Amino acid sequence: MAEIVLENIMKRFGSLVAVNDLNLDIKNKEFVVLLGPSGCGKTTTLRMISGLELPDEGKILLDGEDVTFKRASQRDIAFVFQLYALYPLMTVYGNMSFPLRTQGYSKAKINEEVNRAAEILKIKHILNKKPKELAGGDMQRVALGRALVRRPKVFLLDEPIGTLDAKFREEMRTELKKLHVDVGATTVYVTHDQIEAMSMGDKVVIMNKGLLQQVGTPQEIYNDPKNLFVAKFIGSPGMNFINCTAVKNESGKVYLKIAAVNDSIHIPENLQILILDKNMVEKELILGVRPEDISLEFKEKEDYIKSEVFIIETLGSYNIIDIKMGIETVKVRTLPVVVPDIGTKAFIGFDMQRIKLFDKETENSIM
Amino acid sequence: MAEVKLISLKKTFGNITAVNEINLDIRDKEFFVLLGPTGAGKTTTLRLVAGLEKPDKGEIYLENVLVNKFSPAIRDVAFVFQYYTLYPHYTVRQNLEFPLRSNLRKTPKDEINRTVGEISKILHIEHLMDRQTINLSGGEMQRVAIGRAIVRHPKVFLMDEPLSNLDAKLREEMRAELARLHLDLGSTFFYVTHDQVEAMTMGDRIGVLNEGNMLQTGAPDEIYNKPRNVFVAKFVGSPVINLLDSEIVGEKLIIGRRDRAMECTLTDLQCKIVGNAKSKNVILGIRPEDILVTREKKEINSFECSVYFKQSMGVEDILNLKVTDELIFRAIAPPKLMVEVGETLYANFQMSRSHIFDFESGERLELNN
Repeated sequence: MAEIVLENIMKRFGSLVAVNDLNLDIKNKEFVVLLGPSGCGKTTTLRMISGLELPDEGKILLDGEDVTFKRASQRDIAFVFQLYALYPLMTVYGNMSFPLRTQGYSKAKINEEVNRAAEILKIKHILNKKPKELAGGDMQRVALGRALVRRPKVFLLDEPIGTLDAKFREEMRTELKKLHVDVGATTVYVTHDQIEAMSMGDKVVIMNKGLLQQVGTPQEIYNDPKNLFVAKFIGSPGMNFINCTAVKNESGKVYLKIAAVNDSIHIPENLQILILDKNMVEKELILGVRPEDISLEFKEKEDYIKSEVFIIETLGSYNIIDIKMGIETVKVRTLPVVVPDIGTKAFIGFDMQRIKLFDKETENSIM
Repeated sequence: MAEVKLISLKKTFGNITAVNEINLDIRDKEFFVLLGPTGAGKTTTLRLVAGLEKPDKGEIYLENVLVNKFSPAIRDVAFVFQYYTLYPHYTVRQNLEFPLRSNLRKTPKDEINRTVGEISKILHIEHLMDRQTINLSGGEMQRVAIGRAIVRHPKVFLMDEPLSNLDAKLREEMRAELARLHLDLGSTFFYVTHDQVEAMTMGDRIGVLNEGNMLQTGAPDEIYNKPRNVFVAKFVGSPVINLLDSEIVGEKLIIGRRDRAMECTLTDLQCKIVGNAKSKNVILGIRPEDILVTREKKEINSFECSVYFKQSMGVEDILNLKVTDELIFRAIAPPKLMVEVGETLYANFQMSRSHIFDFESGERLELNN
């Protein structure tokens, strides 16, 4: 068991509020990712969970016990580790057994723990090798193994793979996720990379300027971002944002007037009602639409907006086509076979069941 | 016309061969991307072209002129580095004007103004012209750095991971902008990166380099759809291609060296290809998007598996599917399929989209080899 509860946590550094009234529940065996840009308070939060930093206000509970002012070593469950830096002169076995040897475990116990970790990570066959003889992926597994042998109840990780090559990061994401599935320890992971958060987290916690923005499963924060900040931060390529105004005509119907092209589009009844309910008529809105929720046509069509092909990005399994719609650029995800000429006239339509509407003033979703 | 041609180019540092006799033909106005992991020799190659390093062997041609003996200054190339090298206390305008003011060029004042004005428009930095560069954001600085390279109208742009220090969002925007800038300028770009996404999205052609060796050159779709060996297959594409140890038995492919749990029917073309193969031990390469996930078993190459874990990327789910403890592979499923961890599903291998590599050499098996 390893449950973590943060209650009304405040942390200030001088006049800067690093973490502002944070409440968070981390369940047993959950993989929770703290995500946000630098300076958002994610690392400070992790350090407070570990005991390396003390909060100014609020409580931290571990399995129900108040540990707010306990030292890091007394918490005995947290272990912040980096995924690189193996001892080059020690074998894999030496590296993995190191944390146990320093704590004076018996030889038999060390042997048992190293073998157990090696089994999970499928690295039993390289236990006698030196780090320099290893492929990159194996090296990372050994580093993980070194953390695993201690059987921590909670893993605390702070941007452990941020400095690796893109390709390698991808392998490690899968590896870490798999390890979590196999071992099932509660994990709190800090990153600024939304791909890491999405691909590994059971739950993603998005922070900005010390304030919690949204908590949810990857699917939830992707499909229902609560505000523009979250919507911008999640997804690659990111959501498109189009300035518009809700307009009501004489017969009471509500349309969206797209600022960049001075054109209007119909919206389904549920959105019309929503706009009326929230008093957003004649107010400035931002229409958010993901690249995969836009369709691209090369003939005029009702409610499709006239635009022009700006550039094509091919990615093998799909293409991203940048479309110029007046002064705004819109990214559209298409099948790899769609390769229009640059400068071609195009028409784009939005999947109305998938679009998001944000209040331009408050930047909050109105949905 | 600004072609770059490298013939048997070699460069060693001590006993490390950084660049191992590579040949390269970069066409006029081409956006050529040299792609490879850290230490592959990419930056060294670029520095050789710029004249910042001297080759041990081989020839470098710019516009069909042998430039081995030319100093960097007269090669007329512009270098954009990973770390922006701007004069911090100069304004953006002064930084952009600087290359034109040099004694070597002596450009008239009104021409400087016109050129700098045009470039600021292309790069969307008009509003920043009178700011000191020290006060700019990372993306803005990199734009100015690119601008400073452009003002001289060099024949060839050499770019060394210019986007790698930008945050993910900005990198995404700058990718499209750079690709478009290339079209608008009509210059030759020689671009180095370790990020396959940058290579795929911007390059007219890609060269994949590893340990100093050029493994393959080709258009992005060629590299993606016909990788010449296991390394290229693995390096390009995300999520990573599945590489499964297999054995050929007659017209079948048995996947799983130990478990032998999956028996695939090969396409006619693949039968011919493996018929000529020297060894029966192969590696099957199949990209996650070429494994179709269904809840019903299909007629051919349809394998029962359980969902080991799932990575929700929003636009798609990456499934890690398990047939046996040794046989785990990735497939892509649309989120609307609502796959649950632990669920039993069928993985349908689209064999016509798969690749077969020799187990020993890792080379792609083709009809003619």
